[in-house]
Amino acid sequence: MAKIIENHPVADDFCLMKVETDHGAKMGQFYMLRAWGQYPVLSRPISVFDCDGGTVSFLYKVVGQGTEIFRDLKPGDEIKLDGPHGNGFPDAQGRIALVGGGVGIAPLYLLAKELKKAHPDSTVDIYLGFSGQPMLVEEYEKMADRVSVNVGGFVTDDIDPTQYDVIMTCGPEIMMRVLYKKCLDTGAGAKVYVSMENRMACGIGACLVCTCKTKSGNKRACKDGPVMEGWEVFG
Amino acid sequence: MSKRLETVFAGVTFKNPVALASGTCGFGREFNEYFDIQKLGGLCSKGLTLRPCLGNDGIRVWETASGVMNSVGMENPGVQHFIECDLERMNALDLVNIVNLGGHSEEDYLEGVALLNQHPLDLLELNISCPNTKAGCMSFGLQAEVARDIVRKVRAVCKHKLVVKLSPNAENITALARACEEEGADGLSLTNTYQAMAIDIQRRRPVFDNVYAGLSGPAIKPISLRMVHQVAHAVSVPVMGIGGITTWQDAIEFIMAGASIIQIGAANFMDPTIALDIIDGMERFLEDNHITNISEIRGVV
Repeated sequence: MAKIIENHPVADDFCLMKVETDHGAKMGQFYMLRAWGQYPVLSRPISVFDCDGGTVSFLYKVVGQGTEIFRDLKPGDEIKLDGPHGNGFPDAQGRIALVGGGVGIAPLYLLAKELKKAHPDSTVDIYLGFSGQPMLVEEYEKMADRVSVNVGGFVTDDIDPTQYDVIMTCGPEIMMRVLYKKCLDTGAGAKVYVSMENRMACGIGACLVCTCKTKSGNKRACKDGPVMEGWEVFG
Repeated sequence: MSKRLETVFAGVTFKNPVALASGTCGFGREFNEYFDIQKLGGLCSKGLTLRPCLGNDGIRVWETASGVMNSVGMENPGVQHFIECDLERMNALDLVNIVNLGGHSEEDYLEGVALLNQHPLDLLELNISCPNTKAGCMSFGLQAEVARDIVRKVRAVCKHKLVVKLSPNAENITALARACEEEGADGLSLTNTYQAMAIDIQRRRPVFDNVYAGLSGPAIKPISLRMVHQVAHAVSVPVMGIGGITTWQDAIEFIMAGASIIQIGAANFMDPTIALDIIDGMERFLEDNHITNISEIRGVV
C-alpha cells in the first residue's frame, strides 16, 4: 500500500493524485491502481503523469465506479499500486511533437520533461486537445518549447506534421488515427508513436483482453505496449 | 507446508488443491514474475486450438456488478507453438501441468490431441465450453449427446489423462457430466463462464462484437457452486470446481460441495498473488479444525 500525498481536481471530471512510492516509472508507463477490496473486480490502469525519486503522480478522468472512489480519497489515505507496467515511449530527439486528447494528455508531461532533460537541443512542442475545460496548461508550458491548446475542436487540425521528426500521441483512437493519416497525406516523414488505451483486466500480459491486432501481429497493450508504432496500428 | 492439502486427482498428485484457471494466467510466465508459481498445486494453460487464433475484434472485457465479462475468443498461438515454446518449461515445474485444448470442429480437437499425444503433460483439460467463438467449442458442451460424441472420439485417441471442462450453459449439467464419465473422462472441471451480454445504450448496440460474452467472477459463485455440488454427487470421477472463487472460504465451500481441486479465475485480476492467500487460508482452516487431510471434508455437504 502506498500513501496518498495529494489528490485534487484540476478540471471538471479530472483529478491529479500524487502518491508516495519509490517504484518510479519510465515515460509512458502506467500503474494498476486499486483502493478497495474485491469490488469492483478489476484494478484501474492509470498513466503516469509525473514522477520523481519518491513519488508518482497520476492524472485521471472520473468516468465510473473505480475512478469515483479514487476521486474521494484524501491525503494520508492508502492506495494499492502495482507497477510500473508497459513498455513506455522510446527515447527521441530532433523536432518532436507530442499530441494528446482528453485524459490522453497525461503521459505527455513526463515524456516532455524526460526528452528535454536528455536532449536540451531538441525541440518539444505539445498539442493539447480538450472537449471541455482546459487543464494544467501552465504546467505543460514549463516542460515544452511551445504548447498549443485546442478546446472543443480537433487538435489534429493544429499540427503540421511535416515540421517534425518524431510525433508521439495518446488519446482517443479516432484522434490518433486521424493524426496518422494526416502524416501520410502530407507526406510527413515523422516517425509516429501511439499509446493505446485499451480496456485491461490483469495488466500484466496474461489475460489477452487488451490485445491490439497490429500489422506486426497481436500485441498486448499492457505488456507489449501501450506504446506502439503508428504504422503497426493504423498502417 | 504439511500434507494437509495434498490431493490426488485421477492419479495425479497435487501438493495443494489450488490451480489457476485457463485463460487467466497465460502459460504462467507473467505470474511467475510475481511469485514462484511452483507454490501452486497446478496451472491450466491458456486454451489452445490446433491452429493459431487471433481472437475476437472489438471490446474484450466489460466489468459488471461483482463480475467481469470477457470476449477474448480463444486467442492463442496454436498447439504446435505451445509444444515448441512452453510445454517443456511447464513440465519442468513442480506443479501439475494442465493443458487446456479447445476446438472449432471435431477435426481440430482430434488433431490437437494427436499432437499433444507425442509429449508428456499431466492432465489434458478438454474445453467444450468456451462461449466466445462463433463456431465450435461451447456448441459441443450444451447437449449431453453432442458432448458424449466428442468425448468418445477424443478418448479413443487421447493418451493423456482427460478432464472435460463443462459449460454452465449446458441444458442438463448432470446428464452431460454423466455422459462424459461414461465415455471415459478421468475427471471433470466446471464451470466455464456464463453466456452474458451488455448493451451500449448510446450506440444502441451490443458492447461486444460477438454480441454475447462470458461472465465470470464472484457474481457466478453461488450458481457454479450449486452445479459442482450436483455434478460431484452424480458422478464418481473427481471434479475440479471453478467459478468466482475469491477467498479461502469460497474454496472450502467448493471442496465441501464435492470438488477435489479448485481453480482461480477472475480473482487473479484482483491481485495476482491471491492464490497464495487462498492456499494459506485453506491450510489454516484445516489446522484449526484438526483435519489431517482435506479429503476428510470433501463432499461433506
